[in-house]
Order: sequence, then structure tokens, then C-alpha cells
Amino acid sequence: MSQTRRIRWELTLLAYLAAAIMFFPIFWLFLTGFKSEGDAISIPPKLLFTPTLESIYEALTRSDYARHFLNSIISAVGSSALALALAIPAAYSMAFYPTKRTNGTLLWMISTKMMPPVGVIIPVYLIFRDLRWLDNIWALALMYTVMNLPVVVWTLYAYFREIPHEIMEAARVDGASTAQELTRVLLPVSGPAIASAALLSIILAWNEAFWSLNLTSAQASPLSVYVSSFKTAEGLFWAKMSAASMIAILPVMVMGWLAQRQLVRGLTFGAIK
Amino acid sequence: MLLLIVWTQIPFVLTIYHSFRRFNLLNPERQGFVGFSNFSSLLTDPIFWTSIQNTLLLVGAVLLITVVIGLFLAVLFYQDFPGRALARTLVISPFFVMPVVTALIWKNMLMHPVYGLFAWVAENLGQRPVDWLATYPMQSIVLMVSWQWIPFAMLLILTGLQSLSKEQLEAAKIDGANAWQEFRYIIVPHLAQTLSVVVMLETIFLLTIFAEIYASTSGGPGLATTTLPYLIYLKAFGEYRIGVAASGAVFAVILANIVAMFVLRMIGRNLQGGRT
Repeated sequence: MSQTRRIRWELTLLAYLAAAIMFFPIFWLFLTGFKSEGDAISIPPKLLFTPTLESIYEALTRSDYARHFLNSIISAVGSSALALALAIPAAYSMAFYPTKRTNGTLLWMISTKMMPPVGVIIPVYLIFRDLRWLDNIWALALMYTVMNLPVVVWTLYAYFREIPHEIMEAARVDGASTAQELTRVLLPVSGPAIASAALLSIILAWNEAFWSLNLTSAQASPLSVYVSSFKTAEGLFWAKMSAASMIAILPVMVMGWLAQRQLVRGLTFGAIK
Repeated sequence: MLLLIVWTQIPFVLTIYHSFRRFNLLNPERQGFVGFSNFSSLLTDPIFWTSIQNTLLLVGAVLLITVVIGLFLAVLFYQDFPGRALARTLVISPFFVMPVVTALIWKNMLMHPVYGLFAWVAENLGQRPVDWLATYPMQSIVLMVSWQWIPFAMLLILTGLQSLSKEQLEAAKIDGANAWQEFRYIIVPHLAQTLSVVVMLETIFLLTIFAEIYASTSGGPGLATTTLPYLIYLKAFGEYRIGVAASGAVFAVILANIVAMFVLRMIGRNLQGGRT
């Protein structure tokens, strides 16, 4: 008995160790964000230092940081809202009024997700150029909407399917129209699903860098583009780079923590429940 | 009536998708009919084959690392222990980090030959610090990408594990199975489907890895880390050779579709099963 307990204890320790190793780069980034530039590149690396908000302050007050942050919010939140608006009716009809083609449609939707973005970047870029949509944050948001729509539909669909159909039938017997059924009956009971679909979609759009790097430049670029500018010119201002990165990843990391349970389903299209 | 509108929305959404897909195929012709010359110029370009090789190397190595370590971590976190939720949250965090930021953390703060943490550790151990990205470019990228994708593998495998019935494990224990036998004969077979989903989905995502390379090595040094997506990017936005880039993109799509076919079949089977 005591041997199994010891093994158990060792396994726990191992798990903590794994957690520490995996999280370390993020921890180090956060730590550096609170250092002054001098402390950030000192050798040996300083674990103990006088924390300062100087770098964070500097990163935040750079005139364009706010704009990039706002761009990120517009493209992530805007695209998610639009995707939800399209996905809720779609998932609703597929979950409650399935036809022979529903399964095919669902599979077809994921298949678009399997298409690598580089496979379509060129036509998209050309279309955006012709429409004068390059470097336009709303156009990027539209791109993200299309990108995330399958994931959102699937997350919602998987949830809707488990809602007992009787609820909807009862509402219809009481004389509810389809719109009423949707807004008064379905939406109130599917809060968690909508929230997790929204979170997932926001996370994916926020971290996205391929489309944003190629379709935006100065005006409309979100944080992912701004942060990548540190790769060369200002790469050695570590404290500032860390501070900027930290603020860029923090909102989404918190969302990811909150949504971790629902993420699996959304990311695997229900292949793993 | 409203139902009709709802129904017509779906084809509408699908049409948007479809147009995106179609354009890709049409595009090489848009520059005037050049037939297969884009393809032939690409296929005779040694860079193309290097990039394919790099892509496969990257995907294969990352897959191996993430699945093995992910499996290990999932089994570890399957046990109940105090503070599990917090520890799990820490482990999966890398997955939510912007790929660009991942590249910056690793490139500058950990792998930097002079100021990086690894260099400092190496010096303290009496070794000469290594310029990781210059000396071992592909290995460094693999490390970076693996760090980001281990949580994905782990999270999925953990979810798969949790659907395993405890009775089965107990039965095995009563029959005298030790921990390794339990793992080998019950957990692994149970996870076969989960693992194949992990492998396929990861392959699809990994085939499109771009930001990490863009922000860390820019495909270099030389061509050491130029993968197919990055090569297409270079051709299109570096050399403006849209036609050649597009033909490269066709290959990228073919590569992804081979994998996607398997994934779709599996998900479809799942969909059918869930319905009955």
C-alpha cells in the first residue's frame, strides 16, 4: 500500500514538474515584461529584481499600440459575432430539421477548414486588392468570419443536437413562430455553447498571423503583425518586446483557460467527445 | 417562411466557401494561358523539393514529439491529485500563445547565443553557448512548434482517456495486471481512435505552419527552414510570381487533402454513429 502511495506521490511531483517546464517560457516572458531594459539582458539572468512598470507603460503608450490592440479586438470580436449570427440559424436548422443532406453539408463545411490557407491566399489577395480591401480591418474581420464559421457551426451543432426536441415542439404547440422558437427557447438554454463557440472563435482569430501579415500593413494590422515587427528592428529591447507580447497574449490566454473544457469538441469537430 | 430563409442561408454561406475554393483552381489561368509551365518551372526548381522535404521533416518530427509527450502527460494528468486543475491549466497554456510571440520568446530570450537563457545555462555547465537558430535551425523550429502543440495532443488524449471506463481498469487490476500491462493492453487500444484523430488534425494544422518560421528564421539560414507555405509566400509576395506561387499552393492543397480525406471519413463515421 505504501509503495503505491509513493508512486502516486512521485507521479504528482512529475506532473508539477511538467507543468513548470511547459509554462516556463511564458513565465519568463511575463517576468521580463516587468524588468527594466538593463535587467532584461543582464547576465546572469536575474530572477530577483526590482519590478518596474516602465516597460509596460512604454509599450502601451506608444501611439500605435492602442490602434493595433483595437484592430485585434475588432477583427476577433467582430468576426466572432458575425460568425455566430450566421451559425446559430444554420446549426439550428441542421440540428432540429435534419435532411438527408445535413451530414454531407456538415462534412463539407469541415473540409473547407482542412484547406491550407496558403492554398487560397493568392486569389484572396488579388480579390482584396481589386476591391481595395487590403489593409482594411473590416475586410480582415470578414476573412476571419469565413475562416471560423465551420468551427462555430460545429460547436453549436454538437450542443443543439443534445437539446431534447420536446422543448421546441412544446413551444410550437403553444404557437411560437420559428423566430420566437429560436430567440425565446433555444438561445436561453444554449448560453454555454454560444459562449464557448464565441471564445474559441475569438482565440483563433486573435492569434492568427498568416492572413493578417499578408492582408494588412500599417493601418489595419492587429497585434500579431505588430508583435512580429519585433523580430528584427527592435528585437533587442527585450523588456519592451516582452511587455508588448505579454499584453497581446494575456486576454486570449485567460479565455483559453476558461474555455479549456469545451475546446476539445470545437477543435476536433466532435471526433473526440 | 422564416425556416425557408434560414434554409437558404446555408447555401448562401456555402456559396461563399465555394467561391473561395474555386478561385484557387482558376487562378493560374488568370495570368493568361500558360498551360503547365508554372508547374514545370516549379517542379524543376530544387528549392521546391527542399521545401517539400523540410515540410515533411517538420511535420513528422513535431508529430512524433507531441504525440509521445502528449500521451505521457495525458496519462500523468489522468490521475487525480491536489492542484491538478491548476497544473493542467499551466501545461496547456502554450497552445494559446500567439505563434508570433512563441517565435519571439524562443528566438530572443531562450535561444539567443549571447543573452539567451540557454546560452547562460550552457556557460555555467562549462559548454560553449550554441547559436541555436543558426546551427540547428530545423531542430529549433521543431522544438518551438512542439512546445506549442504538445498541449493540443495532451488535451485531446486526456479527453479520450476520460471516456475509458474505470471498471475495465479495475477488472484488469483484479486479474493481476501491472501498471505497464494496464497501459499497454487497455489504455493504448482504447486510445487508438483518439490518437489517429490527433495525428491527422495535427498534420493538417502543421502543414500550414507559417508564423513561427516567419518570425524566427524567415526560412533561413539559406533554405534550411523554408517549408512549402513559406516558399509560396516568398514566391508570391517576395518575387510576385503569382503563377508559380499558385501552382505551389495547388501542391500544398493536394498534400493536405490526402490527409483530410482520412479525417473526414472518420468524422463522418462518428456523425453516423452519434445519430443512431
